[in-house]
Amino acid sequence: MGRQAGCSKGKGGSMHFYKKDSNFYGGHGIVGAQVPLGCGLAFAQKYSKDETVTFALYGDGAANQGQLFEALNISALWDLPAILVCENNHYGMGTAEWRAAKSPAYYKRGDYVPGLKVDGMDAFAVKQACKFAKEHAMKNGPIILEMDTYRYHGHSMSDPGSTYRTRDEISGVRQERDPIERVRKLILSHDLATEKELKDIEKEVRKEVDDAIAQAKESPMPEPSELFTNVYAKGLGVESFGADRKEVRATLP
Amino acid sequence: MALRNIMGKRVGIGLMGSRALSTATCDVESGSAKSINLYSAINQALHVALETDPRAFVFGEDVSFGGVFRCTTGLADRFGKARVFNTPLCEQGIVGFGIGLAAMGNRAIAEIQFADYIYPAFDQIVNEAAKFRYRSGNQFNCGGLTIRAPYGAVGHGGHYHSQSPEAFFCHVPGIKVVIPRSPRQAKGLLLSCIRDPNPVVFFEPKWLYRLAVEEVPEHDYMLPLSEAEVIRQGSDITLVGWGAQLSIMEQACIEAEKDGISCELIDLKTLIPWDKETVEASVRKTGRVLISHEAPVTGGFGAEISASIVECCFLRLEAPVARVCGLDTPFPLVFEPFYMPTKNKILDAIKATVNY
Repeated sequence: MGRQAGCSKGKGGSMHFYKKDSNFYGGHGIVGAQVPLGCGLAFAQKYSKDETVTFALYGDGAANQGQLFEALNISALWDLPAILVCENNHYGMGTAEWRAAKSPAYYKRGDYVPGLKVDGMDAFAVKQACKFAKEHAMKNGPIILEMDTYRYHGHSMSDPGSTYRTRDEISGVRQERDPIERVRKLILSHDLATEKELKDIEKEVRKEVDDAIAQAKESPMPEPSELFTNVYAKGLGVESFGADRKEVRATLP
Repeated sequence: MALRNIMGKRVGIGLMGSRALSTATCDVESGSAKSINLYSAINQALHVALETDPRAFVFGEDVSFGGVFRCTTGLADRFGKARVFNTPLCEQGIVGFGIGLAAMGNRAIAEIQFADYIYPAFDQIVNEAAKFRYRSGNQFNCGGLTIRAPYGAVGHGGHYHSQSPEAFFCHVPGIKVVIPRSPRQAKGLLLSCIRDPNPVVFFEPKWLYRLAVEEVPEHDYMLPLSEAEVIRQGSDITLVGWGAQLSIMEQACIEAEKDGISCELIDLKTLIPWDKETVEASVRKTGRVLISHEAPVTGGFGAEISASIVECCFLRLEAPVARVCGLDTPFPLVFEPFYMPTKNKILDAIKATVNY
């Protein structure tokens, strides 16, 4: 929303969430660009020997980017603890996967890098797969996880999501494979909670989200001077001066 | 700020004699015209291109259903999936593939979905497309390649849906860079670019896709490349710009007129190779020049124009060359209104230059 209280202090926008203390290195607007970055993170982790791994997520659209294969080769060559996760929702915005990829078996595209296909709509399967992948990556190097999932809405604000697929398809998936519904049914059938208890949780969550939105809306916009901060490291580079900050001068430490 | 028609008026091009770099003009004025917007004009140009040349192809991400800006509507239905097709999400692949297609004598019209995404293809454009003819001693070329990309600010685009990367490409001899300001210009210029025997990068001002509406002739016509157009006559200061920025500059000119400053406004249209003669002639008349573009000021194409004008017209200049451009930051999200070269910034600069 571009507010000061936001995770990138209002500068990043909707695509660019970051959270350093959760080790979330962020969303990326240029799809595919984050995979080599992820492999770089994994290299640093291997170096530091701190038993951590990196999950680099991308979509079925971005799976056709050349830089992905470059990163894959490097990770495999150097046995990096990188887990490449392809969130396959079957559409690269408006282009169906069979139209964009010769082989839509994204988990196999690693060739010399092993891959696992996971039902992305099953929360438990995803959890197990990630656990397995982490153990594998720490011992043997990169692995690909393909999460078979779906996108109900359009790709972005300007995409209605209905010009390239039928509404029946969307509602069909929602009825049969919705991940939250699946968990709900499991909970109810195993008597782990009652309907009412689940409804209460839902109400609580909704309230939490509404509160967060209200808080976000109340947060002020960043100061105009913030336009110029963090272009370079502070004090070591270029600062803008002048009435409309047009003049740019190098400032040396 | 509401935008209405951008003037399509052509002031007499009898300013200078022959233009060595321009390409042929077909008759623009005859025939019927219809009031349409920018994306429709581009769509018409693409229809004409595919109709008149059976070896023309249109391809890119999501172009089949009409594209994210509807510029390619109806093409797949009319010309078939063998000539109008979607590509995977791989800009480098799209351009490289286009170069190959063009090298075999076809007209490859590649779409990069947003100019912000063009960088993976930069190597192909700079190292392959621009140098193919040169390094093969004219045995081979990819002149049939035209790359179209929407560029420019749109109000809410943020870092990756608003960039103006034209300056990067203006530094590459071997390709042409063309930017239209309005629907009528776009159709004629795009057809010229497609038919030009050199690889061309055609940036379309996305902000104007729906906003700009103009009478556009329905027939096949081309507008000359490397010919700038004086779209407003004046005598006190020359303003040079391209694309969507011209409408902002025009508003500043109108305001300046109220203060008695007569502004001459030039649409560069082709950025490389650019029409130095027209700009120079205008500067010799007015003695002052102001360049404006959305891209950041440092290293923007305005710098090249400024340096060239100083070289040729130093003694004629009454004031330093003014540049009113984007700031030297990544294209911001919420700060867009501060970043942009607005009408008031241009007006201030006009006054400062005239009163120097």
